[in-house]
Amino acid sequence: MTETAPHPESSPKPLRQRLGGGPALTLLIATLLALPLGVVVVAMLTPTVDVWQHIWATRLPEMLTNTAILVLGVGTGTAVLGTGLAWLVVAYRFPGRALFRWLLILPLAMPTYVLAFVFMSTFDFAGPVQSALRAWFGPDVWFPDVRSGTGVIIVMTLVLYPYVYLLARAAFHEQSAVTFEAAQTLGDSRRAAFFRVVLPLARPSIAAGLTLALMEALTDIGAVRFLNFPTITDGIFRVWLGMGERNAAVELAGVLLLFALVVILFERRMRGRARYYQAGGRDRGIVPVQLSGRAAWLATGACTLVLGAAFFLPVSRLVAWVVTEMAKGAPGVFDALYWGFARNSLMLSGAATAVAVSVALILANGVRLSKGRSVRLGVRLATMGYAMPGAVVAFGVLVLLSSVDHALNGLSQQFWGVDVGLLLTGTAVGLIYAYVVRFMAVGYYSVEASLEKVTPSMDDAARTLGASSSRVLRRIHLPLVRVGMFTGATLLFVDMMKELPITLLLRPFGYDTLSVWVWQMASESLWASASLPALTIVVTGLIPVVLLSHVATSTRSTKPLPTGTTTQLADSVEAL
Amino acid sequence: MWRSDILSVRAAIPIRSALLLVGAALLFTACGGSADTPPGEAESTSTRDSEQVVYVYSGRHYGLMEPAFIQFTQETGIKVRFTFGKEAELHERLLAEGRFTPADLLFTVDAGNLWLAARDGLLQPIESEILTSNIPVHLRDPENQWFALSVRARTIMYSTERVDPDELSTYEDLADPRWQGRLCLRPSTKVYTQSIVASLIAAHGETEAESIVAGWVANEPVYIDSDTRILKALEAGECDVAIANTYYLGRILNENPDFAVKLFWANQDDRGVHVNISGGGVTTHARNVENAIRLLEWLSGPGQNLFADGNFEYPANPDIEPHPLLSSWGSFKEDSVFANEFGRLQADALRLLDRTGHE
Repeated sequence: MTETAPHPESSPKPLRQRLGGGPALTLLIATLLALPLGVVVVAMLTPTVDVWQHIWATRLPEMLTNTAILVLGVGTGTAVLGTGLAWLVVAYRFPGRALFRWLLILPLAMPTYVLAFVFMSTFDFAGPVQSALRAWFGPDVWFPDVRSGTGVIIVMTLVLYPYVYLLARAAFHEQSAVTFEAAQTLGDSRRAAFFRVVLPLARPSIAAGLTLALMEALTDIGAVRFLNFPTITDGIFRVWLGMGERNAAVELAGVLLLFALVVILFERRMRGRARYYQAGGRDRGIVPVQLSGRAAWLATGACTLVLGAAFFLPVSRLVAWVVTEMAKGAPGVFDALYWGFARNSLMLSGAATAVAVSVALILANGVRLSKGRSVRLGVRLATMGYAMPGAVVAFGVLVLLSSVDHALNGLSQQFWGVDVGLLLTGTAVGLIYAYVVRFMAVGYYSVEASLEKVTPSMDDAARTLGASSSRVLRRIHLPLVRVGMFTGATLLFVDMMKELPITLLLRPFGYDTLSVWVWQMASESLWASASLPALTIVVTGLIPVVLLSHVATSTRSTKPLPTGTTTQLADSVEAL
Repeated sequence: MWRSDILSVRAAIPIRSALLLVGAALLFTACGGSADTPPGEAESTSTRDSEQVVYVYSGRHYGLMEPAFIQFTQETGIKVRFTFGKEAELHERLLAEGRFTPADLLFTVDAGNLWLAARDGLLQPIESEILTSNIPVHLRDPENQWFALSVRARTIMYSTERVDPDELSTYEDLADPRWQGRLCLRPSTKVYTQSIVASLIAAHGETEAESIVAGWVANEPVYIDSDTRILKALEAGECDVAIANTYYLGRILNENPDFAVKLFWANQDDRGVHVNISGGGVTTHARNVENAIRLLEWLSGPGQNLFADGNFEYPANPDIEPHPLLSSWGSFKEDSVFANEFGRLQADALRLLDRTGHE
């Protein structure tokens, strides 16, 4: 440090440097976020040989195959459904199109385990659908088994396709009509132009959405249980809860990380190093074509079917349950208890979202300004929590926080002879910290995507034109970053409202939320009692989803979603 | 160099507003949290001096409020504060919190969880004549670290339309090929399945138990991860016979007395029906030990019906009459293997299940 030349005080620092926190702050925050995963990695250093031998000889092959099938199935499903629906609403006109544009995002607010349970109880042998079929066609009527790999893939595809849909739609929306029309002028049909021009241009966005969807699929524990499809994540809990082998469970989480890395590397390949440029300005988007006759009704029908299965069916089941609960006057139906849960959920998710977005902003800015490899690597490690099951992250955080707490108490005993108690473990601070660790990727890549658009030349141009530095911040930086912040905040808020394992393990004493309530009832098959909080989560999730849809379509020139989301994750893999 | 960078943070508006946002958010949760949720660790000392209270971690949760806790508070003036959770996670939390834990009592379902907690030093032995006289010996820890408070029987259920109860006898008999394609079972991820297999190991030894479970598997059962759905599948005809906990049937019959499924008390000519427990113990670092013991004692006596009946479970105290619906099922002989054994054998049971390919 002393050898460095003193900074010339007189010359004003470049504006973009003043935005950032500098590498030290960025690295400090990144380290804090990566620490819980460090705990997990340390646990992996002493493998539990005995358990590995056992699962190797028994269930591991099945778990690995199932996980691979899940990734392939959900990957194909969400890619086709998400991209297809996005192209449909961007490039064609058909009855209900304006409505479907944003309705199709709604399944994002549906927790996977809720849809899985509704599917199981609706379509299994004893459910209403098969019972009706038997009543009409006799007892031997054939029906596909909902408790199967196919069932899991269908359920997850229906809940997770909106990630791809949102990103693909934004990408299609941004594309200029000029390129598309040029391809058609050169002899391509509309269809060929889609595959040769539009799709390649949108590929990075689609890949990013796909990766988010696959990470969710990999760490799911609800649907795979209800529908009997044991994956690695199922195995983690089997070993942890059933055998009481926590360390072996954490080691299995390492195997899950390998799957996540494969997904990320695939995304990177799909994205490639190529840079796509399009001709012409962005002032004119692709002009939708009017569908008529059967094609129009097919389009409307497809959208209705997807929405019906993924959203209206489960919501109507939930509403029906809520009505029976209300008739019974069960506790928790819109009484003080209910509002308490709802308030806790909202405050917790709100506060954690605010923290996560702020931290994301600091990190993204730090990376933008720093040329150092260590900062980039650190930040990428800090976003790896998204590829871990929530319970594993929660465990890492618990071990970390409690050892800090015990150390603090040791110190305070030594110096003042008093215990300060648990300052972090089981407090809102610890809980919010764990949320941020788990979901940092969502916030970070949303913010980063929009921050990337702030080029140095913008700063310089503005300054040349005589703007003061605060004016540049206000007029150029904030408007550009705001969209990313809002998108990130929306996705984070929805994710955190639904979050269960971390909340369950780390919440303050007696601090119950809606998701805890759903779990409490659902884990004992008391689904009617679980319906009101589940419905509340869905409805609360809808508000930001609808707002997001508005942003995604109203500002055509801005990129509202994290198109760069996972390339950075892939970079970190390479750096490792 | 970096020093000047850090200083420059102050000038950066987004960062500053970001930090403000963080502060505001934390303040917001902190205030909201302390307004009327139970006190955290900081205020607890003063609260505990001024009012009688007992803090409970509970893995047993059948309703938003435990009615028995409310009644206890009305009778004794001792407030019960509780946090629900999954057993394994409450276990980790107690371990991590150590001597600072807020919890005075740990309630769990399944004896295995209580056994694990005792093994890891999370519970303390207590002296209470009331408890030792109320709770039979096989339903409590040998060192009185925990006590059962309710008993849950897992027995054979059958469709009244397709099965004659004379065909039924034991759990072991379900391995007979005549039940091919007629069974519904719970997957092995559920602790209920693990503990019934543990009871088979306790009765027959591991080799014999493994061949029984392999017999179930050879009958190609339908695996359903919900006892309620299992019973519905029985009624709808997906299978004819199943193993399920009686209180799930109790819940359904309570709403629909015509439900076409009945229970059969298994193994009445030998060791009896497999029972598991839910119960609790005082934590090692409890600060309100007397109140905790008092709650346990109350639950083992006057509170038995409130605690057990709400979920159609059997009282652990043999002097207490069960819920009328349960009485209508008649009395039965229960497998009196020490509940402690399930805990010890649980991991072995899961491995056995893995080897047989039981889903």
